[in-house]
Amino acid sequence: MSSTAASPTPFVPAEIKHGSLKNERRWAMIGAYIALAVFVLFFMIPPFHMLMTSLKSSAEIADLSGNPWIVRSPTLSNYWELLTQGNYMIHFRNSVIVTVCTVLISMIISTMAAFALARMKFWGSATLATGVFLTYLVPETLLFIPMFQIVGSLGLYNNLWAMVLIFPTLTVPFCTWIMIGYFASIPKELDEAALIDGASHIQMLLKIFIPVALPGILAAMIFAFTVSWAAFIYPIAFLVSSDQMVLTVGIVSDLIRADTFQWGKIMAGALMAALPPLLVYAFLMDYYIAGLTAGATKG
Amino acid sequence: MSQAVISSNVAPPSARNSAMRRLARRNSTTAFLLTLPLILLILCLVVYPFLYAVYLSMLNKRQTRFVWLDNFTFLLGRETFWDVVFQSVLFAVTAVLLKAMIGFILAHVLHALPAKGQRKWRGMLLVPWVIPPAISTLAWWWLFDPSYSAFNWALAGIGVDPVPWLGATGWARFSVILVNVWYGSPFFMIMYLAALKSVPDQLYEASAIDGASGWQKLRYVTFPMMRNIISITVLFSLIVTFANFDIVRILTNGGPQDSTHVFATYAFQVGIQSGDIPLGASVSLFMFPLLAIFAIFTLRGVNKRTKEMS
Repeated sequence: MSSTAASPTPFVPAEIKHGSLKNERRWAMIGAYIALAVFVLFFMIPPFHMLMTSLKSSAEIADLSGNPWIVRSPTLSNYWELLTQGNYMIHFRNSVIVTVCTVLISMIISTMAAFALARMKFWGSATLATGVFLTYLVPETLLFIPMFQIVGSLGLYNNLWAMVLIFPTLTVPFCTWIMIGYFASIPKELDEAALIDGASHIQMLLKIFIPVALPGILAAMIFAFTVSWAAFIYPIAFLVSSDQMVLTVGIVSDLIRADTFQWGKIMAGALMAALPPLLVYAFLMDYYIAGLTAGATKG
Repeated sequence: MSQAVISSNVAPPSARNSAMRRLARRNSTTAFLLTLPLILLILCLVVYPFLYAVYLSMLNKRQTRFVWLDNFTFLLGRETFWDVVFQSVLFAVTAVLLKAMIGFILAHVLHALPAKGQRKWRGMLLVPWVIPPAISTLAWWWLFDPSYSAFNWALAGIGVDPVPWLGATGWARFSVILVNVWYGSPFFMIMYLAALKSVPDQLYEASAIDGASGWQKLRYVTFPMMRNIISITVLFSLIVTFANFDIVRILTNGGPQDSTHVFATYAFQVGIQSGDIPLGASVSLFMFPLLAIFAIFTLRGVNKRTKEMS
């Protein structure tokens, strides 16, 4: 439009140019929506099929004559059985315990450290900040074998609390890293005002930094929650008895006995296990995304 | 006069100096105490396990004797190990390329939408990345089931023979990559979308006035502005994908005939399931050189970006 107005060629009738541009834009839009629809379809296939299977009875799953993508006689029995019998609720409770403890520990450690690293220049602070970032890049698959030995020597093998001890290694570095970014963006004038009023560093952290950087703290909390809810390799390596297991490993270990796969219940269990992160995501999408992108754009 | 009033209220210079020094000392003590839990965590649960892994990898199976590099040379002489190396590289490179491409396309398409619809679509497109992979892979496993595969049912509808999704080497390799791409593309999409939003509109307007085509805008405006984010995201994803565990472990557990094992699942099988901890530790340590290179480049990219932003 603006290019039409600025066009120095008065011989081209404005309407034609305008029309073709609009047409072009419309086709681009249609193409965009088709591309989006294709990918949304691709992305939604597994969750959709999960939902359909979870609503089927074992007989309907075993029946090969029908369309597997739809459910003919929906039933909630899979969900009901999981909630009332077996160890599913224990796994759910274990996941909640581990996640809540991990989030709390991570937030305490990383808030304190990020405050010190963002505001107090001390010997080695720059090295430590770099070290934190490099630690975040260390994948857990590099360390799970020595960790297996360490957990064993501490007497924590097959113990839920070993997860509470280890999971912070997955969450703290990134939480610290993004909170350094958030804390560093708080104007220095606020600290100076607090210092003039005679506040100590701890008061400054509690009364200024935490309230002001609350969105960043929330984003870090969501990250810690997601990571510890989804953790898989440590639980599968260290937890062997069903009463100690968390959801990510418990679903498979309990519902597959030798060659019998209770697919209806597996899918129902998986769906319920995916629900907490999905709900957090649905209600706090902006913080969720902020936490993720902050790592690369802020820090 | 006012000068005199003020200075009379303040302590003499020497006393003030020592007070300042005390404050500084208190400051660094506070800083040390605040970072102590973080330092302890990194030292005890990251640095120590890593050094311990190096030590472990040089022991014999029963951990009674020091065998130096025997575990490493043993692995290098085994065909299975080279399959693992090949598959890990193939898996990581293919998956990351596909994720980067799909993420780039989706970010562009989303960016072109009006702001209101954008949110809704973005919300749906991020779902694969929100579901814990250990859980969503179960759904894929079920979709790939040899006798009940819903994909094969759909393919039969258009007259295609059933596909052995996890049963034949080629298809199994394809399937684990497919699931990884499904899980990881939204991450690329959201990173690129954030980067696209930070490209100033004036640059596009200027290039439009200069008569740039859509492709030229992409090539000379978008790419240079996003280069840093693209490299950070790709390197980061290379690390994560290369070290992936859950998808392969659940879908194929390395099979058929160890053809889909990546470093992490092979280390798990050798170290935890077969009980040869030192050998398992050496398998996972083979990942270290590549990961270290990727990590250093990621750090460089992030540091550069931080300088650009400030």
